[in-house]
Amino acid sequence: MTNRNILIVLALAALMVAPFVVYPIFLMKILCFALFAAAFNLILGYGGLLSFGHAAYFGGAAYICGHALKVWGLPTELGILVGGLAAGAFGAVVGLLAIRRQGIYFAMITLALAQMAFFFFISADFTGGENGLQGVPRGYALGLFDLSNNITLYYFVLAICLGGFLIVVRAVHSPFGQVLRALRDNEDRAISLGYDVERVKLLAFVLSATLSGIAGATKTVVFQLASLTDVNWHMSGEVVLMTLLGGVGTLLGPVLGAGVVVALQNTLASGPLSAWVPVIMGTIFVICVLAFRRGIVGEINALIKRSF
Amino acid sequence: MLADLLGIPPQLLFGQLLLGLISGAFYAVLSLGLAVIFGMLNIVNFAHGALYMLGAFASYFLLKILGINYWGALILAPIIVGAAGIVIERFLLRRLAGVDHLYGLLLTFGLALVIEGLFVKFFGASGLPYPTPEALKGGVNLGFMFVPWYRAWVVVAAVIVCVFTWWLFERTKVGAYLRAGTENPTLLQAFGVNVPLLTTLAYGYGVALAGLAGVLAAPITQVAPLMGSNLIITVFAVVVIGGMGSIMGAAVTGLAMGMIEGLTKVFWPEASATVIFVIMAIVLVIRPAGLFGRTA
Amino acid sequence: MKMLKTLAAGVSALALTVGAAQAQISDGVVKIGVLTDMAATYSDLAGSGAVAAAEMAVADFGGTVAGAPIEILTADHQNKADIAANKAREWFENENVDSLAELVTTSVALAVFEIAKQQNKIALVSGAASSPLTNDACIPTGIHYTYNTRALAVGTGSAVVKEGGDSWYFLTANYAFGEALQRDVSAVVEAEGGTVLGASKHPFPSSDFSSFVLQAQASGAKVVGLANAGADTTNAIKAANEFGLVASGQSLAALLMFITDVHALGLDTAQGIQLTTGFYWDLNDETRAWSQKFFEKTGTMPTMVQAGVYSSVSHYLKGIEATGSDDTDTVMAWMRANPVNDFFAKGGEIRTDGRMVHDMYLVKVKSPSESKGPWDYYEVLRTIPGEEAYGPLSESTCPTK
Repeated sequence: MTNRNILIVLALAALMVAPFVVYPIFLMKILCFALFAAAFNLILGYGGLLSFGHAAYFGGAAYICGHALKVWGLPTELGILVGGLAAGAFGAVVGLLAIRRQGIYFAMITLALAQMAFFFFISADFTGGENGLQGVPRGYALGLFDLSNNITLYYFVLAICLGGFLIVVRAVHSPFGQVLRALRDNEDRAISLGYDVERVKLLAFVLSATLSGIAGATKTVVFQLASLTDVNWHMSGEVVLMTLLGGVGTLLGPVLGAGVVVALQNTLASGPLSAWVPVIMGTIFVICVLAFRRGIVGEINALIKRSF
Repeated sequence: MLADLLGIPPQLLFGQLLLGLISGAFYAVLSLGLAVIFGMLNIVNFAHGALYMLGAFASYFLLKILGINYWGALILAPIIVGAAGIVIERFLLRRLAGVDHLYGLLLTFGLALVIEGLFVKFFGASGLPYPTPEALKGGVNLGFMFVPWYRAWVVVAAVIVCVFTWWLFERTKVGAYLRAGTENPTLLQAFGVNVPLLTTLAYGYGVALAGLAGVLAAPITQVAPLMGSNLIITVFAVVVIGGMGSIMGAAVTGLAMGMIEGLTKVFWPEASATVIFVIMAIVLVIRPAGLFGRTA
Repeated sequence: MKMLKTLAAGVSALALTVGAAQAQISDGVVKIGVLTDMAATYSDLAGSGAVAAAEMAVADFGGTVAGAPIEILTADHQNKADIAANKAREWFENENVDSLAELVTTSVALAVFEIAKQQNKIALVSGAASSPLTNDACIPTGIHYTYNTRALAVGTGSAVVKEGGDSWYFLTANYAFGEALQRDVSAVVEAEGGTVLGASKHPFPSSDFSSFVLQAQASGAKVVGLANAGADTTNAIKAANEFGLVASGQSLAALLMFITDVHALGLDTAQGIQLTTGFYWDLNDETRAWSQKFFEKTGTMPTMVQAGVYSSVSHYLKGIEATGSDDTDTVMAWMRANPVNDFFAKGGEIRTDGRMVHDMYLVKVKSPSESKGPWDYYEVLRTIPGEEAYGPLSESTCPTK
């Protein structure tokens, strides 16, 4: 237990000094995607439900937060919160429809509804359509700290993403998380024990959508824009890849997966391999599914278990 | 006359209905392929859009490199795509036997990324032109609109393919095996039927249908690497609406959804891209198993 | 003063101050980022040809300016504003890139303007078309070099209306460029006494235009204006032919076409189309000589965008050479004060709203029998003086003009 605490302290210290060593925008991108993947993992890893439409919550919140900051002039924190809540509300609607079906149907329904959201955002006036929503002001944290400074912004984003991650950890370790896992492993048994299965699933789905929204809204503040890329179904695929690569159903897996995928995309994008990014991502996907289903963290855990 | 009453030019109403029927023809052939694959393998083939694109590219190369015209491509391209499908099934999908079917979806998603990415890399995203076959150039003026022969042919071809597939599955021995394989593969294997071979053939046939849709699309749209990538999601919605139960269900739903989309373009153009998804949501509330589906 | 500012900006500035010690060229090298569409809809009219044009400009300068080496960086923005903005930000903050060139499609140019304004760096726009780039959306360090939607509207729009095409219906690409083009042409059409009956907005990019062509037919307009570009325009023309739009008595006006589009369509389909362009390779000896060099390097004749990239990059480099500095404000001041005189433009003037004013050409696509050889595509109908094409500075709504 003390070993673990030492590790946590070390990790926090590393996160504090990181922006002085690495390009802060890049770090913030990783943080946002790490929260997104962790939120996604809540329903895939712990609920056993594959949503293929999480881009709708991530990107939808990105647009709404951008609009709230740019047009309504809300303070930055409030804009992010509004984005997250809107994503949660949409998640509730999708959840109500989708949890009627399981497995592959669930994946296809979430995907189709997310695509519907995509078409909505492409034609709605406030999103700027193909142009995207640009020039979103970063504003001030708590009305005091100027977020146009990358380093200040980094700590702001770090606080949000750590907070979101702690909510995920708390949810997983709570009685609610236990029921969710019981449901994943044996739904009939959970029903026979008297749990309201649909309600538990829906709650998990809404929580996941809200946190994904917070991640997307924070990303808007960092890059000062929201665009169709955020709501496109490729984004839904990307978060699945991050989670799968890092380790489905592990707490740190999605975080690590997000880091690896974002770092890979960034490194490849500026090199001679830039045109190969989709091919490389697809290949990683195929390899993960065929030979590596536990993901990086899952494999390490298995290795530790075998060795001791 | 009805159209005149509503203040909509008949040219527009019938024209968009006909165009809707044409896009419905593509939905029908593609969702038919998905239904065949789903029936036998229980997976959703995310690579369907990429294989549809492969069919269009196959006909492009048959013409440019081997000088084989459209009619030859109509036979050869589906065979090429079907063969590619058989390779995918034998060497990749088969390894997933026994794990959650969701992994099949994820695998085919990865494959779609790889295939589409490779084509974008080598041929650019904007696409290559494919000429309309000589025999189908021009069109006929129906009074209310000008119908190009080629578009009319697409609808006819799609109907032929749907009827043939229905006959194959509902009226032949192979079809009987396939349906039995969907119900109880173990029992069928015990009767001495080679179920793995049947599975491979079903996947091959399903993606060959996607390849055929690609050939049909080539003269209409550009032959472009991402031509199937958004289309496939609409087709997924069509499949959810129809339910995975019957071959005919997939075909009928496809054509009907195309027509509804066309009508929406006349009365409420802004909603035309989303109408199929809205219908899907409504169907899910009323009949969760889909219009033609059996309750699971 | 400047040193103090950079020091205060934080640790990352350390590298900068070391560089600033040498001469007036920050970090000892002039870096130009060519941000363009390398593989999608606009890759033929900009793309690798635009990169080649920028490289030719650097090579003609001997590879160095004011004693410092010149470096060209390239990236593919895939026509996505977010990718472009991220790349521009990263280039400015991490690579000390001094200026950006090309920037095709308006959404990209708008996004990059936002970043260039914050970082006070120069953006040389050649490929994007929207006139708002030098109006409401203008920035002090942005130059809109090659053409804009207003010039296209004045050139093609008024010519078509004068020939009797007085009722219009638009097929408009659903993003800022399409909207700007439709707005500018509508203004010209109405000013000439014509009417606009309606418009269909199509997604960008689109491959099947049949549904939009039907709506255009149903409108009964005499002229169907294509407020789109690149592959969208060629696909729309093909669908219009397929559905007998021209056969039934309507005519098509392609409001933005490049020589590569004509090349892709072939003269059989494209003949007779009138269009407005900022450059044609076969205007005079100078344009022929430069275009021949370009052809040898790339295998195609230059579009106006590619020629504009060469001209804008050379003018920028001339500014650095003359002032001995790559400081944004110094170079911008020189570029505005000195006219552009090269094969691309004669007496071209960069105004305070960022508009580079130069002559435009109204051309007509030749028929196959008129064309004497490969790439012999245009007959020049009229030279449109810069002032007429772009309007006076007083018309500009740019707040910082």
